[in-house]
Amino acid sequence: MAQVTLPDDWAAATGGTRVLEITADDFRDLRLRLTEQWPDLGVLLDRCAVAIDGQIYQDAFMEALEPDSEVFFMPRIEGG
Amino acid sequence: MAEAVDYKQIGSRPVRPDGLDKVTGRAQFGADTVLPNMIHGKVLRSPHAHAKLLSIDVSGALALPGVFAAISGADFPGGGIEGEVGGEGGGTLDDVAKNVMARDKVLYHGHAVAAVAAATPMLAEAALAAIKVEYEPLAPVLDVLEAMAPDATLVDENNYTKLPEKPEHPSNVANQGRLERGNIEEGFAAADVVVEREFKCPMAHQGYIEPQACVASIDEQGRGTVWCSTQGHFEFRAATSKMLGKNLADLKFVPKEIGGGFGGKTVVYLEPLAVMLSEKSGRPVKMALNREEVFRATGPASASVARIKVGAKRDGTITAAHAWIAYEAGAFEGAPYMPGAMAIFAPYQLENFLVETFDVLVNKPKVAAYRAPGAPQSMHAFECALDEIAQLLDTDPIDLRLHNAADEGTQSPYGPKFPPIGFKACLEAAKAHRNYLAPVPEGAGRGVAAGFWFNVGLQSSAEVHINENGTVMVIEGSPDIGGSRASMCLMAAETLGIEYEHVRAQVADTDSTGFCNVTGGSRTTFATGMAVTRACEDVIAECKKRAAMTWGLDEDQVEWEDGQAIPGPGVNADVKPLSLANLAGKAAKTGGPIQGRASLNAQGAGASFSVNFGDLRVDQETGKVDVLSYTAVQDAGKAIHPAYVEGQMQGGAAQGLGWALNEEYIFNDQGVLENPGFLDYRIPVCSDLPMIDTAIVEVANPSHPYGVRGVGETPIVAPLAVATNAVSRAIDKRVGELPLSPPNLLDVIDGDE
Repeated sequence: MAQVTLPDDWAAATGGTRVLEITADDFRDLRLRLTEQWPDLGVLLDRCAVAIDGQIYQDAFMEALEPDSEVFFMPRIEGG
Repeated sequence: MAEAVDYKQIGSRPVRPDGLDKVTGRAQFGADTVLPNMIHGKVLRSPHAHAKLLSIDVSGALALPGVFAAISGADFPGGGIEGEVGGEGGGTLDDVAKNVMARDKVLYHGHAVAAVAAATPMLAEAALAAIKVEYEPLAPVLDVLEAMAPDATLVDENNYTKLPEKPEHPSNVANQGRLERGNIEEGFAAADVVVEREFKCPMAHQGYIEPQACVASIDEQGRGTVWCSTQGHFEFRAATSKMLGKNLADLKFVPKEIGGGFGGKTVVYLEPLAVMLSEKSGRPVKMALNREEVFRATGPASASVARIKVGAKRDGTITAAHAWIAYEAGAFEGAPYMPGAMAIFAPYQLENFLVETFDVLVNKPKVAAYRAPGAPQSMHAFECALDEIAQLLDTDPIDLRLHNAADEGTQSPYGPKFPPIGFKACLEAAKAHRNYLAPVPEGAGRGVAAGFWFNVGLQSSAEVHINENGTVMVIEGSPDIGGSRASMCLMAAETLGIEYEHVRAQVADTDSTGFCNVTGGSRTTFATGMAVTRACEDVIAECKKRAAMTWGLDEDQVEWEDGQAIPGPGVNADVKPLSLANLAGKAAKTGGPIQGRASLNAQGAGASFSVNFGDLRVDQETGKVDVLSYTAVQDAGKAIHPAYVEGQMQGGAAQGLGWALNEEYIFNDQGVLENPGFLDYRIPVCSDLPMIDTAIVEVANPSHPYGVRGVGETPIVAPLAVATNAVSRAIDKRVGELPLSPPNLLDVIDGDE
């Protein structure tokens, strides 16, 4: 199962859950499972970047997840 | 570390294709567009830093001969505008629209309240004087700490800190961020030495030489063209169309040559006004800011207050770090509070840390991105504290950093584990550099600091057209700020296997190529370069197909090598290789013109780390600082055009040293900027700086076909702390407040610490 870490300030939407394990084949699947569990996460998920196994995606969609993938959600970065 | 790869074109240093036009004055910048019947737009700006707008009457201006149009906030479509502007400091489009033209309140001195278009610039100025505006002045809030006080004057009465649960009362804190790992109390308890300091960075401008400028020509159907100075014409088109309620497809945006941006030209100021004035007047309208307007009304970098506490063991291991940083956002939310939080500890392996950051409204211009937004301020604090730790432990500051350095597999403070990174390689290169091995000059101090930026990919498009003679035209949509056309040509030449001289690149307008995000975030060589590379691979696939057709072979029996199609290994064909020129010359018989294209959302931008050091001397009587030598070491992944990479490193060092030594916005107690010009806002000139030495480290980014990491942002991060650390060592007192200007330094030298 992929280990998923959510930002600290999402705790209100998840009832305090910050780290969880989810079985998902790809990011879309993961997103679906997260929003099924916590519908309020939908807007937050669309506004953030995600790192899957160290690779940062500003606009993830169908990226594959391995059974032992590490997933971190984080603010989007752009720069000057 | 990834193995170095030798390329034929990449890594060479051809003369920049735009260089001759720029040095001879032929290059066309934002203000150079001239059209028949063109008139001139000007902006009326608020004389108050904070006031209610009671009424605006533009009839006096419209009554003047030669005045064609006058507008105010009432002319803009009502209702909220959905969407956000790219780049840190961009914020919401709704806020940017209110920054472009004030509505019911003015929020800083210089805030636009009305605009006119007239036959000449002088007539336009006269028309501004005929506009009547009634204000109800309010007390301004100008200091970030005062703005955070519970009883502070509110910049925006409707601003509630964005927290999971809406606060009971509004405040000037728009956003706050927090990153935490481990237990800092336990970490500090385990420390043998602890440093605790407060650091301040002033509001500082990007200092681009070309002020914002544009020309808009809109027809009676509301359709037309905008020529402008921009880091991202697609996003300028999107912002302008949304603010004015127009169909995006009705506007064409043409990027002119750009005289610097550094993040400051990622947001619109003039374009929506010029479009509206042109539509109302039925004439093309030129608008250009003067330098004073650039300072008063465009976005600088945030001022900040940072409180830092760092603990370490005697062996140099950092046991805990706590940072509290308040960033000034200016009049609207959008300070880079999260990038600052995510960057501050990024170069290091820390088990226990806490970062708290704040995005705070004040009655000053809305901040904008400026190279690595948020990181110079936050990392200045930590890198200075590390230097003091090194002094307390009597250890070399590079050794201290090496002892704690992040490497491949280290979990970054913002979550993911780092893929291959070059921080240790930069530290080792710096330590071995001849300038570091040289003794510190008498009376000087040597400062060392690290820099970091995440880098991004985002969306890019490119087309590659093969001309009839086999030469190549690259069409892309990323405005060329730092030499990207040459880099695109080099990557195209390398991929196709031809000489650089056979490739040209053009930055196309919004009607002529696919969408590209802004040139920013150090993304263009990485992401648009990836698109160009893929477009060239598209060309190669087509060329192999044409060659196979010519030879009567299957496509998979043909290979591409050194710019020509050849039969693959083991293929028995008595044929001569077909070059790009051969194939292009016969294209009419094999299916028509040859071209390739690619559009992508580039992922996997590799972080770029740097290590800078410099020797600075302080005149103890006057407080003047001289930079005796300065060396920048940075990981570029792979330097496509090393001279451009060195230029980025040198430019960022110069800007960072300027921010450290003299640059600052000076406001009076009414919020009026008192130094809105380069005479009093002191950016470094050539005589202020030595030649900046550079050393490029190349730890390839595995996500890019040529290993590229963006290099534009990171160079500005380290210089602030290099300067502070060098000066602190030179005067044997720790300095906390930038700039290190003579009066500020004399206060420290003469003080009691």
